[in-house]
Amino acid sequence: MDIAWYLVLSAFIFCIGAVGVMVRRSPLVILICLELMLNGANLALASFARMTGTHDGQVFALVVMIVAAAEVVVGLGLIVAMFRNRLPMDVDEMSELRG
Amino acid sequence: MTAVVFWVAAVLALGGAIGVVVQRNPFYSVLSLVVHLVALAVLFLLLQAEFLAAAQVIVYVGAVMVLYVFVVAYVGGLADPLTDPNTAVRATAPLFALALLVEITVAILGSGLKAIDTEGPDVAAGFGSPSAIGELFLTKFLLPFELVSFLLLIAAVGAIVLARRDPEATEPVSRQEPGRPF
Amino acid sequence: MSPAAYGWLVLAFPLAGSILIALLWRSLPGRTAGWIGSAAILLSFLSAVGALVQLQDRSEHERQLTSSLWDYASTAGLDVKLGILVDPLAVFMCLVVSGVSFLIHLYSVAYMASDRGYRRYFSYLNFFVFSMLLLVLAGNFVILIVGWAFVGFASYALISFWYRRRTATYAGMKAFVINVIGDVGLVLAAIILQRDLGTLDLPTVFARAPEVFERNEWLIVAVCLLILVGAFAKSAQIPLHTWLPDAMEGPTPVSALIHAATMVTAGVYLIARMHPLFELAPTAADISAAIGALTLVFAASVALVVTDLKRIIAYSTISQIGYMVMGVSIAAYSAGMFHLMTHAFFKALMFMAAGSVIAAMAGQQDIDRMSGLRRAMPRTFVAFLVAAMALSAFPGFSGYFSKDEILAFAAERGGGYWILYAAGTVAALMTAFYAFRMIFRVFGGEPSEEARELEQGHIHHAEPVNPVTGEPEDTDVGYPGPEHHIAERDREMWIAMSVLMVLSVVGGVLQIPGVTHAIEHFLDPTFADSRFADTNVSGNLEALALVVGGLCSLAGIGLAYLLYVRMPGSTLALADRLRPLHRFLERKWYFDELYGVLVVRPLRALGEWSSTVFERVVIQGMVGSATAAVRTGSTIVRVAQSGLLRYYALLLLAGVGGLALYFLLVSR
Repeated sequence: MDIAWYLVLSAFIFCIGAVGVMVRRSPLVILICLELMLNGANLALASFARMTGTHDGQVFALVVMIVAAAEVVVGLGLIVAMFRNRLPMDVDEMSELRG
Repeated sequence: MTAVVFWVAAVLALGGAIGVVVQRNPFYSVLSLVVHLVALAVLFLLLQAEFLAAAQVIVYVGAVMVLYVFVVAYVGGLADPLTDPNTAVRATAPLFALALLVEITVAILGSGLKAIDTEGPDVAAGFGSPSAIGELFLTKFLLPFELVSFLLLIAAVGAIVLARRDPEATEPVSRQEPGRPF
Repeated sequence: MSPAAYGWLVLAFPLAGSILIALLWRSLPGRTAGWIGSAAILLSFLSAVGALVQLQDRSEHERQLTSSLWDYASTAGLDVKLGILVDPLAVFMCLVVSGVSFLIHLYSVAYMASDRGYRRYFSYLNFFVFSMLLLVLAGNFVILIVGWAFVGFASYALISFWYRRRTATYAGMKAFVINVIGDVGLVLAAIILQRDLGTLDLPTVFARAPEVFERNEWLIVAVCLLILVGAFAKSAQIPLHTWLPDAMEGPTPVSALIHAATMVTAGVYLIARMHPLFELAPTAADISAAIGALTLVFAASVALVVTDLKRIIAYSTISQIGYMVMGVSIAAYSAGMFHLMTHAFFKALMFMAAGSVIAAMAGQQDIDRMSGLRRAMPRTFVAFLVAAMALSAFPGFSGYFSKDEILAFAAERGGGYWILYAAGTVAALMTAFYAFRMIFRVFGGEPSEEARELEQGHIHHAEPVNPVTGEPEDTDVGYPGPEHHIAERDREMWIAMSVLMVLSVVGGVLQIPGVTHAIEHFLDPTFADSRFADTNVSGNLEALALVVGGLCSLAGIGLAYLLYVRMPGSTLALADRLRPLHRFLERKWYFDELYGVLVVRPLRALGEWSSTVFERVVIQGMVGSATAAVRTGSTIVRVAQSGLLRYYALLLLAGVGGLALYFLLVSR
């Protein structure tokens, strides 16, 4: 298959993730959608690595994976803390930073 | 053969992604994500990123997804309410995303990159193997490697701080009246 | 060692002394700081003597040496070195400055002994000597300006030395502001020279100037006038003289050193140093000579009526510097420098004696309160008498030969220069009168209360008050010390005064018209390129100047004797009869009032207008509209800060989409 197909697929995944971030209201699902976006980017990185025949893209994708793992840990920690404090599981309700 | 595998994996990956977004129950969202991640690992294999595919399965499907499932089970499968007060965001978000998708696609197809219409150059047998990537990590990308490891440490500590029960509070209480955020 | 090496040593010792005293001030007991400072200046003086000896060993054409330690800036078109120029003129000035400075340091060791700021005083004083020597030895305009500004700062610091005295700090500020006006003039002149000659190096400037500038071209006249602004500000010539009388707020040895013997002669030195430029611009030189003549008459006339002892001497200084400025401006260089030297001797001596008198009067400076101190203070009286006779050009004393040589040269130039001669002669008469007015009023007559107390062996002590305003003072740091030191009791003061007495009497033998020409010959290599190098005053004119000068001196002294000793009280009647004239002189020709109307009032009006109209309307309007703009803008932007996470994500995505669109369009 041509590399272009992989890239288009990665764009689709990224945009679907972005839509999810914007339309869902549960912080948990928003985190999952963020994972989707990161994975879309990862696919593009792996494709480019294949296209150029070098490993740099793969290394980068691995780094992104690790960063995503870190993000998940902190994000889920936040969600647990929110739950424990009986805060609503709705990002629209948490608008304390309104200017 | 490759094309068949690609299309199957691509459809699964897209379907999983759409499932994540449209399922109202977070538990189903997580399950869709698992499908998506496994399909993606197959795509990585097609791109000869073997180590990446393995890491995808182990890190994401194995560890991260288990975390998600735990948390969903802990928090409870709270479904999103059907009504959305921010109709403007809800209506415009897909439009913006679609615009971005078109832009990226145009950029990809019109980029004129040399090898974009091929399957990529022939590569040696060890391409994408753990040893090749590990060597890069310890030579060319040593600094990012160290930084990322440090980041992981910070995340671990941060998670402990966040999830820890306040030793002085006998009972979890919200600091403000219920129903008000923070 | 070459003369240049000695030149560096001359600079190094006072700087080292200043830094040493400043750093070690806590651990210097008693009078150590004074002795360190004096030793530094003495070593500097000995180095200057070394430079003199080395210079005399060379042939006349090799007596101009330059030396530089390192380059400050060496770029295209600009070449500034830390360089000195050692030639007979510089060495002459070094000898005078360091020699007189040493004696005044010695005097100060005792005079300032009880002051809480003793170490600070000597650190400043050494720094002043360093700055003055730097100015004198400067090999290019940059170093010259640096030294010039350092001297101005040292003067400021020492005038305001008793910094808790309000009048002293105001006087310091006044001196500094006027000095800075002079600095600006000098800097502008240097900029023009750099632009047109491409160098700031003094010998190169002098060599190139005649090639570039036409004689009396307007630009070189402008340069010389700007140099004159600098010279007049330092040398207290009209119209920049008003700071010097107020500078008497500093300690008396400071007045002796800076405001009589050395710093104020910097302007004279500058004109002499720049003589190749001034000879290219005779118009500027003539203006300078005319202002010098005007200043000397003005200051001498004011000195007739002032009653503050130190201010009389200050006006006398302005007047005497007028002679020097006139001398170097009419190309009587060696005569001008000769008068600079003798004046340094007798004026320093006069201030020292005055300091002794003021100490005996417990800080009182008004000569109306002094009388009959002759028997109580015999040594001070002798010193003051010698200084006054030298000042009034009594035949045989040093001032006699030096001043009359300037006047003889003016007469030799002939034509309009006879006016300068006449002005100098009239002022000489007044000089003799006011010099002996001080003698007769301070030392003659019935002994005052303080004099009687001193005759019985006690120095008068009074509640310390500011001599100008009468405000009470204490004797803590920032004020004069509690003790009073007089020449009769302190050995150091008496030694310094004795040396200066000898010099004031015999200093004239260096250059007796028609007999000796030591200074002229010594300075000859510096002034050899002058158009007037071969101008010799004819014997007749010299005789005329000497005879007229001597007669003026005797007449002035006689008149003072008549008015103050034979007919005491007659001066009051005279002042009553000539009330408008007396008032005119007493108000110092209304210069302060004139400046009040011309400078101070318009500036104050401008300031008030700025603070009421400009500040309130324009500045506050600008500030107000700026805050209003920010406030309006932030109100608009605040709408975006909804606190809704999804909304932020939407904006982010829209931004990314827009950016991507932009890149797509650009790459097309």
